[in-house]
Formats: sequence, C-alpha cells, structure tokens
Amino acid sequence: MATVMQRIVKPKTQAAKRALDVRSPKLEENDKVAMFIKGGHTSETITQVLKELYLLKKPNAITFKRKNIMRPFDDQSSIEFFSQKNDSSLFLFGSHSKKRPNNLVLGRLYDHHVLDMVELGVVHFRSMQDFPTEKIAMGTKPCLVFEGEAFEQDHEHRRLKSLLIDFFRGVKANNVRLQGLEHVLQFTAIDGKVMVMSYKVLLKKSGSRTPRVELTEIGPALDLEVRRTRLASDDLYKKACKKPKKGKPRKVKNVKTDVFGAKMGRVHMERQDFSKLQTRKMKGLKRQAPSNKENAKKAKTESSEPTAEES
Amino acid sequence: MATVEDVLESVTQSQASKYKTIEVQKDIEPQLDLGNLLTVDQNPLDLKKLRGDKEAYLKSQARDNTQLLFNAIWKLPTERVEEAICVKLPETTTVLPREKPIPKAKLQTKWEQYALLKGIQKRKKGRMVWDEEAKDWKPRWGYKRANDETKDWVIEVPGNADPNEDQFEKRMKAKKERVAKNELQRLRNIARGTKSKVPGVGLTPTEKPSKEEVGLALHLAKKSTASLGKFTEKLPKEKEAKHVGKKRKFEPAIGDFKKEKEQQLNIINVMENKKPKMDITKAVNRVMTEVDQEASSDDRRKRAGKVKNRRGPPRKKGSGGFGKKGSGGFGKKGKAGKGKGAKGMGGKGKGMGGKGKGKGKGR
Repeated sequence: MATVMQRIVKPKTQAAKRALDVRSPKLEENDKVAMFIKGGHTSETITQVLKELYLLKKPNAITFKRKNIMRPFDDQSSIEFFSQKNDSSLFLFGSHSKKRPNNLVLGRLYDHHVLDMVELGVVHFRSMQDFPTEKIAMGTKPCLVFEGEAFEQDHEHRRLKSLLIDFFRGVKANNVRLQGLEHVLQFTAIDGKVMVMSYKVLLKKSGSRTPRVELTEIGPALDLEVRRTRLASDDLYKKACKKPKKGKPRKVKNVKTDVFGAKMGRVHMERQDFSKLQTRKMKGLKRQAPSNKENAKKAKTESSEPTAEES
Repeated sequence: MATVEDVLESVTQSQASKYKTIEVQKDIEPQLDLGNLLTVDQNPLDLKKLRGDKEAYLKSQARDNTQLLFNAIWKLPTERVEEAICVKLPETTTVLPREKPIPKAKLQTKWEQYALLKGIQKRKKGRMVWDEEAKDWKPRWGYKRANDETKDWVIEVPGNADPNEDQFEKRMKAKKERVAKNELQRLRNIARGTKSKVPGVGLTPTEKPSKEEVGLALHLAKKSTASLGKFTEKLPKEKEAKHVGKKRKFEPAIGDFKKEKEQQLNIINVMENKKPKMDITKAVNRVMTEVDQEASSDDRRKRAGKVKNRRGPPRKKGSGGFGKKGSGGFGKKGKAGKGKGAKGMGGKGKGMGGKGKGKGKGR
C-alpha cells in the first residue's frame, strides 16, 4: 500500500498510525539499524568482537541476548524474519566452529530480503580494553578510510567496501560540528585480508586555519580474512540502488527568524481563565479564607485604634 | 645589516617550522566523499613496511588520508548553530542500496479521476461550524460534532411512519449503513488500484435496491450453485433474466486519437503488404494433404486395375475411412506429425492405412 491509510485494515489509533508510518517505505529513509546475533556456538573472541562493534554502532543497533542456532548461508528465512520484526536492514552474525573458527557474517537486506552477505574470519583481535587511552562518545559519526587496490579492482571487495560503508557510516548528517570529528575507522585490504583499525583524532595547531591531524589508536583492531560471499545479482543490486525522484521540498510553516537570528514560532491557544491556571503552589502566597481574613482585619484595627486614641 | 623584511621572514619561518605541515603528498589523489566523511585511497601499499612495523605504517597512512579529508572539509562553508561552528556537508556521492523499495504513488480514487476529468477543484472546508442549538462553534465531523442527528433526545414521529417503529434505532441503523457503504467504497477503490477483482453491482449491498438490481441479484444467486442453476426451480413470477453475461466492450467513438491512428495505419499496412500474410504450417499441411489425396487416388486406380475384389473383407478402420478420415486426420495433425505424416502416407500408401490411422489418432 502506498500510505498507511490505504491499507485494508486502517490503524485505529494515532500512535499505531505513526508506528506504521515509521516502518513504511519512504522517500527519505531512516538510518539503518543493525542486528548483532550470536550463533549456536560462540568463542570468547567472537562475543567480545560483537560487543565492541555494537558499541561502535550504538544507538542504531540491536543486540540479541540469546544464542540463535541458524546458518545464514543455508537458510535466510530467520534473518529475514528478524529484520521484519525489528525493522532493521543490517546484521552481523557471529559464531565459532572447528571448520569456521571465529566466524562473522556481515550482511544487509533490501525489502526484508537478504541482499549481500560476506563471511569474515577474525584472525587477530585486539580489544578496546587493550588500548589504555581515552575513548570516544557513543554515536559519533566516524570518518572512513579505505586503503588498498583490492577495494577498487576486485568485485567482491568492492561490494564489501559498500557494505562496510553502509554499516559504519552512522547517521546521515547535513551539518557536522568541526570539533566533533573525532573518530576514524580505517579498512585496509591486503591479499585477501582486511585490517580494521580505529583511531581518535587530535587536532593540533598548524600555521593555517586547517589543523594538523594526529591519531591515537583506541578502539578494536581486527584482522579479518574474507571467506565466503553471497552477493546479490547485478540487477537486484541496481534495483535496490535506484534513487527516487525528489519531490518538492516541504515548506516549513510557522517558523520565522527575527532580526537577531532567533527562531520564532507561533503557538495558538484557546482562551484561558487565568485565575484557574495550574501553576506551582507557593503556600505563602495562598489566598486566605474570608473568615480568617476578617479576624485578621479586626485584630489589626483594634490594635491600631487605641494608638490612634492615645495620640 | 638586517633589514626589516629579513627579520620578518626569519620570524615567519621559525613559526612555520614550529608547526608541522598539513600538506600530504600522494601519487594518486584519494577519492573523497565528504557527505559520508569517506576517503578511498587507491595507492599501492608498501609491502616492506607492512611486514616491518604494520601498525605504525597503517597509522601513518590513516593520518595522511584523514589530513586530506580534513583539508577538504575545512574548505566548506561554515555556519554557527547554537554556539558551535558547523560545516554544511554536501550530498553523498557513494551509491548505497536502499533499505526499502521506493514508495509507490498514491492511487487515484474513482471520484478523484472523475474530478480530474471534469475539472472540479477541491474546496477546503473549515473545521469548525456554528451550531445553532448549542450556540457554539463545533467541529464539522468527529467527536462532539455539530448537528449530530444521532444525539437528538427528542425525535418527532412523522405522520406516515409505523407507530411501533423505533425512530432512534432507525437513525442508528441509517448511520451504520452509511459507514458500511463508505468502507465498501474505500475497499473498492483500493481493489481497483491494486488491480484485483472487484465484485460487480448486484452483489454489493445497497440501501434501496431497485427492481432490476433485485432481479440481477436473484439471477446471480441462482447461478452460483454447483450445477449453475440448472436444477433450481423457477419461482412463480420469475422472469428470465435478459441482459446477463459479459457485455461486449467497444472502444469509445472519440477517445485515444493516437490509438485510432495506429489501428488505421496498421490496417493499411496489412493491405499494402506485397507479401501476403501466410500461415506457413497451414499451407504446408494443405499441400501435403493434396499430395496424399492424389497419391491415394492414383493407388486406387492402379489397384482397381490389378485386383478385382478390391473390396474384400471390409477393413474396419482402414480402407473405409482411408480417403476421408485418413487425410482428415492427417490434415488435422498440423504441426506435430508433419514429417511423419508425409512419409507414412506417401511412402507406404495403403499398407499404412490402419497403422497410419492409428498413428494419427494416437498422436
């Protein structure tokens, strides 16, 4: 259905309608959410890898607490089901077996069907805890660096590059705070292996306006080897990459900026009885009951009268 | 003697040497996608350094590439957003697949199509309406709306109404029917839009069905039995339904000019074609049957000459039907037994009669 209101069963509440709207296909899409799933058997390395990558991907990430016995390369239906339920289109599945030690399956979905899947083996892993430096705040948009000729020449590596960009790029941003560019993720392709390094950026003074960049290694360092791949056919990939024609940008109503650059808006209220407004209660300012008032008045006049008489 | 310029130069030089340079030298310029904060470096990696001190080499590479990226970012226009200096990033250049398919355009309802055709503009009506009874502005529709019939606490019974009829109940029923009708029309619009089958008139409920509609509904109900109404008895005054079955649809007289033009030109093209449009298989089959008939007639004449009691024991399937049926059978064979038929008949002739017939039948 094109819109939520053109479904056969219309939602009965506004909240339900909004929830369905969030999940419906749109011109400008939401940021992709990733699922971190553990397989039937996992090793300590793999659980640690999943944990740390989840921290990198937060808050657009969901981690599954329980182990899920599934084989992504054989049967994609459970991944597709999870994607449907969690409204997410990226996944990272970690498992360990004798045949495939420290296995990671990185994948993405289109329309809740698996598009690309790449199986990576963790050959070497250094955790974030092994680097005793200060870390970065959650949700920082990282700068991505890809090195190595394989990422341009080999078809599988090219798709892997696209998949890694999709996974790690963070929120789609129009503006970026210059001080907030703190995180750098580097992916290097060397004969069938991909090295992943994560750095924190320090900006040093240089002679000019642009600062000098210095890096300190912080986050996890992974040595991955590319094992199997299941890539989408070219026409399906093309279909998924199709860009919609951009409609007219929606006019933002009611928002104006005044002379000083402050954003102004108008709020329309109904008529209110200001005497019956619900405000903070300050006991001292409370209006006393009329009987008390009169007594107080009487007491006052009595006390003042004799003085008047005296004088 | 040191001139002022010399002094200034030395000062700037010393200052410059204090800070490290932001220049980076690369053989192939890395591709930058500023919208994604992405750098793609295609320079070949130094394998010696990799084997040596891998981490230091990778770090230096990362530093260089990030420096290039930052140099580009710092060149972008900045703006101040609530005490922070922000940079406006351009659109992303990397093509990444979408999460979900592109949303389909909204389907036009039947009314919208008609309005477009007639040029009827939509007039926006205000939300609040003056309610004379309550002397207040109330919403036109929805909760606590103005002029709500169902909420009347007193209803005058009209003169011609049945005294035992519940007028309140009547109004509630009318409302329910209106709601149901609206829902039906909405679903019909969706069904029409998604090109699924829409139940035609006569099956869908209407408030006051006319005589014809009742007749049509009756006819459809009768037909929707397992034996298509053949054994249902006719009602005493039931008339045979006249205009039933599919209507032939003709193109409108003045419609799509382009289509009409194309059709007319096609006709002329077919007429003017020098080569006649021929069904090759049909033609071949016809030729074959003619050949076979000739062959059979020749054989008959020959045999008639030789064997006197040609018509001995009557061959059940073979000779009797030889001339007619055989050829007819083979004529009908068409594409399938083309080669076989020709060989079978032409070659072996009569002998093949029964067999040939068998072949023809058992195709």
